[in-house]
Amino acid sequence: MTTNTEPAQPISREDLAEAIRAATNDVFTTMLNLTAAPGDVFVEKEEAVPSSGVVSLIGLAGSWVGSGSLACSANCAVAIASALLMTPYTAIDEDVLDAVAEVTNMIIGNVKTALEGRLGAMGLSTPTVIYGRNFQTRSSGNQEWTVVPFSLGEERLCVQVCIAPNLDAGKKTTRTGFPVPHLVRT
Amino acid sequence: MLDVLIVDDSAAIRKILQRVLRQTEIPIGTVYEAGDGVEALETLRRQTIGLVLSDINMPNMDGLEFLTKMRAEQIWQGIPVLMVSTEGTQARVLEAVERGASGYVRKPFTADQIKEKLVGLI
Repeated sequence: MTTNTEPAQPISREDLAEAIRAATNDVFTTMLNLTAAPGDVFVEKEEAVPSSGVVSLIGLAGSWVGSGSLACSANCAVAIASALLMTPYTAIDEDVLDAVAEVTNMIIGNVKTALEGRLGAMGLSTPTVIYGRNFQTRSSGNQEWTVVPFSLGEERLCVQVCIAPNLDAGKKTTRTGFPVPHLVRT
Repeated sequence: MLDVLIVDDSAAIRKILQRVLRQTEIPIGTVYEAGDGVEALETLRRQTIGLVLSDINMPNMDGLEFLTKMRAEQIWQGIPVLMVSTEGTQARVLEAVERGASGYVRKPFTADQIKEKLVGLI
């Protein structure tokens, strides 16, 4: 016999967008001394990624599961790294990718903290950073991404989160007690 | 002079914390770096460390497990450990304190926040 708990919907898209805006503003003003101006929130069925540039992805898991990411151009990534590390970078290198990964970790980590009070505890994976041209990312399932674009001077970056109830959480399977025939030995 | 160990899987954060340490009035000696709890324990065995700054979410061995193993060794029990992490819930902070953290700073942080905590620990 299997029992499932019905998945709750304790957060709205605007709740999620507000958590993203607040976390991004906190990280950019505190660690980078930059202002990232938020734009209008939109929803994407597939992740809103540039055709080329940098994408940093982090997984979320617990009573809710999903992913968060930051996507931007190479120039924007260089600007982020230069501000975070207070060192002038001019091109993508290992330091720049690591800086973008850490900024993503802090933003999505703070989104997670903001949501945990209503969604329950969640774990955060270590970030994965992708850099290149003409690529797309996909998440399994048919999830929607809540995307918040930000302007950073002339550049644009997007912070997006895709999250849904973990339908496997709380499942309990109990055996009824009679032997499975093929295991019975005579 | 105080030798310090910074434990974080992000090279960027290790660079930032090292810069902040050098800006304090604390006489900092050698700053060692580790990318996870396993490397951190190896460094503790080889060096005489007077202060540890550690993240929580790291591969191989996370900061809480590292803290528990560190505090299990009598020789390391007196070393102050400042946790620096995105984990910001009260439950997480309490868990870190119960395992032996001397202080906690949430990411993102300002240099002044780190300095203020360090002065309180040293």
